[in-house]
Amino acid sequence: MYDFSYHRPASLEDAAGLFGKADDPVFMAGGMTLIPTLKQRLASPSDVIDLAGVGDDLSGIAVDGGTITVGAMTCHAEVAGSGLVHEAIPALAALAGRIGDTHVRNRGTIGGSLANNDPAADYPAAVLGLNATVRTARREIAADDYFKGMFETALEDDEIITAVSFPAPECAAYMKFDHPASRYAIVGVFVAKTGDGVRVAVTGAGTCVFRQGDMEAALAKDFSASAIEGIEVSEDRLNRDLFASPEYRAHLIGVMARRAVEAASA
Amino acid sequence: MPTVSMTVNGKAVSAEVENRTLLVYFLRESLGLTGTHIGCDTSQCGACVVHVNGSAVKACTMLAVQAEGADVATIEGLATNGDLHPMQEAFRENHGLQCGFCTPGMVMAAVDMANRHDELDEKTVRAELSGNFCRCTGYHNIVLSILAGAKAMKGA
Amino acid sequence: MTETGIGASVRRKEDKRFLTGLGNYIDDINVDGQTYAYFARSPHARAKINGIDKETALSMPGVVAVLTGPDWVADGLGLLVCGWMIHSKDGSEMNQPVRTPLATQSVQFVGEPVAAVIAETLEQARDAAEALAIDYEPLPSVTDLRTAVGPDAPQIHECAPGNLCYEWEIGDKAATDAAFEAADRVVSIDLVNNRLVPNPMEPRAALARFDPATDEITLHTTSQAPHVVRLVMAAFLNIAPEHKLRVISPDVGGGFGVKIATYPEEAVCTWACRKIGRPIKWTADRSQAFLGDSHGRDHVSHAELALDKDSIFLGMRVKTLANLGGYISAFGSAVPTYMYATLLAGQYRTPAIYAEVDGVFTNTSPVDAYRGAGRPEASYLIERLVEVAAREIGIDPAELRRKNFISPDAFPHETAVGVSYDSGNYEGSLSMVLDMADRAGFEKRREEAKGRGKLRGFGISAYIEACGVAPSKIAGALGAGVGLYESAEIRFNATGSVTVFTGCHSHGQGLETTYAQIVSDLLGVPLENIDVVFGDTGRVQMGMGTYGSRSLAVGGSALVKAADKIIDKCRKIAAHVLEAAEEDLEYEGGKFTVAGTDRGITVPELAFAAYVPHNYPLEELEPGLDEMAYYDPINYTFPAGTHVCEVEVDPDTGEVEIANFVAVDDFGRVINPMIVAGQVHGGIVQGLGQAMLEECRYDAESGQLVSGSFMDYAMPRADDAPSFEVALQETLCPHNPLGVKGCGEAGAIAAPAAIINAITDAIGVRHLDMPATPEKVWAAIRGAGAQGTQAAE
Repeated sequence: MYDFSYHRPASLEDAAGLFGKADDPVFMAGGMTLIPTLKQRLASPSDVIDLAGVGDDLSGIAVDGGTITVGAMTCHAEVAGSGLVHEAIPALAALAGRIGDTHVRNRGTIGGSLANNDPAADYPAAVLGLNATVRTARREIAADDYFKGMFETALEDDEIITAVSFPAPECAAYMKFDHPASRYAIVGVFVAKTGDGVRVAVTGAGTCVFRQGDMEAALAKDFSASAIEGIEVSEDRLNRDLFASPEYRAHLIGVMARRAVEAASA
Repeated sequence: MPTVSMTVNGKAVSAEVENRTLLVYFLRESLGLTGTHIGCDTSQCGACVVHVNGSAVKACTMLAVQAEGADVATIEGLATNGDLHPMQEAFRENHGLQCGFCTPGMVMAAVDMANRHDELDEKTVRAELSGNFCRCTGYHNIVLSILAGAKAMKGA
Repeated sequence: MTETGIGASVRRKEDKRFLTGLGNYIDDINVDGQTYAYFARSPHARAKINGIDKETALSMPGVVAVLTGPDWVADGLGLLVCGWMIHSKDGSEMNQPVRTPLATQSVQFVGEPVAAVIAETLEQARDAAEALAIDYEPLPSVTDLRTAVGPDAPQIHECAPGNLCYEWEIGDKAATDAAFEAADRVVSIDLVNNRLVPNPMEPRAALARFDPATDEITLHTTSQAPHVVRLVMAAFLNIAPEHKLRVISPDVGGGFGVKIATYPEEAVCTWACRKIGRPIKWTADRSQAFLGDSHGRDHVSHAELALDKDSIFLGMRVKTLANLGGYISAFGSAVPTYMYATLLAGQYRTPAIYAEVDGVFTNTSPVDAYRGAGRPEASYLIERLVEVAAREIGIDPAELRRKNFISPDAFPHETAVGVSYDSGNYEGSLSMVLDMADRAGFEKRREEAKGRGKLRGFGISAYIEACGVAPSKIAGALGAGVGLYESAEIRFNATGSVTVFTGCHSHGQGLETTYAQIVSDLLGVPLENIDVVFGDTGRVQMGMGTYGSRSLAVGGSALVKAADKIIDKCRKIAAHVLEAAEEDLEYEGGKFTVAGTDRGITVPELAFAAYVPHNYPLEELEPGLDEMAYYDPINYTFPAGTHVCEVEVDPDTGEVEIANFVAVDDFGRVINPMIVAGQVHGGIVQGLGQAMLEECRYDAESGQLVSGSFMDYAMPRADDAPSFEVALQETLCPHNPLGVKGCGEAGAIAAPAAIINAITDAIGVRHLDMPATPEKVWAAIRGAGAQGTQAAE
């Protein structure tokens, strides 16, 4: 690891101020991606601004009407174990409980995961699938506007996620096919049915989480696994790695989507 | 260099570190607590698992400065007055270790697991262990150890 | 059987320190004035080194020294050697490229050490290593076996035309050809034995220091064989004379073969600590371990089996390409030859076998022993071939095996590939395992699974291995550069407690317990009064270390020999003390009794008499009670057994679940069944890793290691594996005093074929190369994937 200056501001204003003054700063939430990156010497920020000290503004899980709002610094284990989340959106709790491993879930946060936007991360599927709103210190960003590409989001460099609001669906489920080595998603499909229709969000398969429009349309008419049985997913632009070809990923999107529909309907 | 202060195994400790010093190096090098091991550099193997404020974390993926003011528990603090903790005893009784290198992380993960679950079964134990690698035991006896250790902890 | 003696599942003596965080691994040790080494490694698969500019690196904060290959050569030091000479078919010696620990003129694989940077802190050393200006001229490279022997392959070493190290053969070609001529049926298979990275959880490490007062260097190193490291460093690398070099391997976190060789990093630290006058510590991180450790397996084979009309095996022909990597590692030449092809008879009578093995250089990390070392490759090949034969003939795979097993009364059995099996009961272990696994109920389970949309399959793997390496005379005749005996010393203290010294090394095997059990049993000393010392050339007599499941068969036999000497001497002392004739003394469980009386004396009491010899036959006997023995076996031991696996495949995704895995092993006499079961479990999961998860992959174009971390190399986790049912059969080894055979590698040898046989049975395909990843299984089910297709090609 290259050395850096370390800051632990107590407020969002202080965090923004520190960011503005530094040469090449980076925000750190749980550090579950940043620290491994620094250890491999793949990044050399001048300043690491740890958001753990910001406290109340960024933490906690709250329900307001039909919406669950999760503070950005809430760790995965807390979401996975939250009674509120289990009650309102069980699929979200289940998804959080499948991220990384036990120890990673005790440190990794929803805000950090979304700011990083790893193409194989789990949370982007939930945010896009549930049509969540990403809240920052300065604005609200709709899920459809948030994810821009591989490790790219709508966030400005100095913009900090404060919370994510998930409207509770009628039903939802997430199905993940694990990468055997990294345990990231080779394919993860989040299916949610709401009063406004059906959303199908796919992570792991492409360069960035995306919606599977043809499946959404078919499911809107008939929310059953058989409704999407015949849909051929194109392998164009899907990822290739040591364990899965684009062809296989395209196939898995269909399998995981059908299973998610079945689980959501159950 | 900044000074960090925290409580480790019930004792207040303090030392100068670099900002880039990982918690695991602070424990091993500054405090001489070498029971916490390093088996990978991708935050996966779990040889470095310790408890920070009561939760199991990977000490290789946390800066020492992030643990400022925290309450840290390592494998060295588990036995009391030379008597093995029930989980340690269960690993010994069930041959849940061979070379011993992954063992401290396994035991710390196991204690955390037992603390969080009223009852454990094999499937849960295996799923919960996905962040702890062992190359020797094939996990069979580790699973038995944890099931027995968790039971003993409830009984204690 | 006593509660702590031979046959008892004694809880391990070594566990307490490991469980309380007090294990003593090398990275846990720090010494005053210690510096840190970091190795600059080749980023290229193959390149010429035009020059290295040290200036910038030397001027960086904390840098103590920068050392390169030319520095090594200038100091008159030697070459990394291969310990086993292989001769080609034409009688010529294998082609051996020279290798210095730090590359001099060229590099042959990504990760090859080029320079050592030594600094006050590890991060400073790493910073400076990055700043080192190394002028590389990249050259075309080849990492794939078949490509490397092709006509257009870059030629890696001038001394090795066609990238061939050797073209070796074993067996009677003419007799085998005749057997195929006479055959009613020939079955063949082409298969790949996938390349693996051993990955013991403790990465390799070294701590070297020089004491100018004694002119002695002490090296702490993560070795399975510290005396061999000392021998190599003294005799071949010329770093220090043997008596001025102490090698200590304290607690070592797993070995699996990867910690046998003497490696560049350890050699450089040992040399450099005297040069800079400071202790040097080096610990690999996992990324360096992936690059710098030797790898395992990596064969491509074609095999044929000739059968008569009654399905009796008449002959077998095998042609194997074995990847040796960029250089020949310590035992890299022997693993795919004498450790492999000598086992190609398996458990079968096959009267004629002919095998050819080409050792091939590629621009990859050197390949050496990994759990089983050659024997898993042989067993996998045989058991896949036999399975395919059974399916083609339409005979029950168990029945085909039974028809061809060497029968229990036919031992010793000379195979067609030059070894003599000591004893065995193959039919017994097969029948036992099929009962335990309820094979009779399998079809019903298959039907039931079908109802759930799952494909269920059953796989058998009847394996053999050769353990207890090795009779020195045989090894020497076959090209080994060292002897392969083992030593033991039993040193009584005056108060009756015992320190045992062994030249073997325990890095997970539990020798501190097993050896103590043997001594306790033979000499009547309570277990808690016995300590076992190993892994320190300064404390322990010469020894050859632990690998090839030899610690009990060879090291344990040495221990029995030493115990016999103790008993012999004690008998004389007892006769004196008890005023009886030696022949009137009866010995049992550590006590001599005068026959027909209640007068007796124990061995611990005799130890006191020997060290305080007031009443002692000094005219005939030396005082003291301390005996040493060396043991060199007359043959290998041949453990065997049968593992079976039942799988369920999800045809939608290709995911495989192991529904049941049962192992019956015959290791001869078992000293500690608990420890033995643990060895089997661990071996099976390494076999499962090979069969389903693990694959070391290089990029064909760039020669980069693509599976270079746990993010891309799939290590088996707890939720990848099932629990196992394991049982033992005991057919004693007739030629060593304990009747033991060895158990360390069985699981890794047996499991891959059991699993692949089960998967191919489930999905109805002839063959599927390892690892059987979900995509490969899915593609095979769809019939879309040709055999051996890789996901990422």
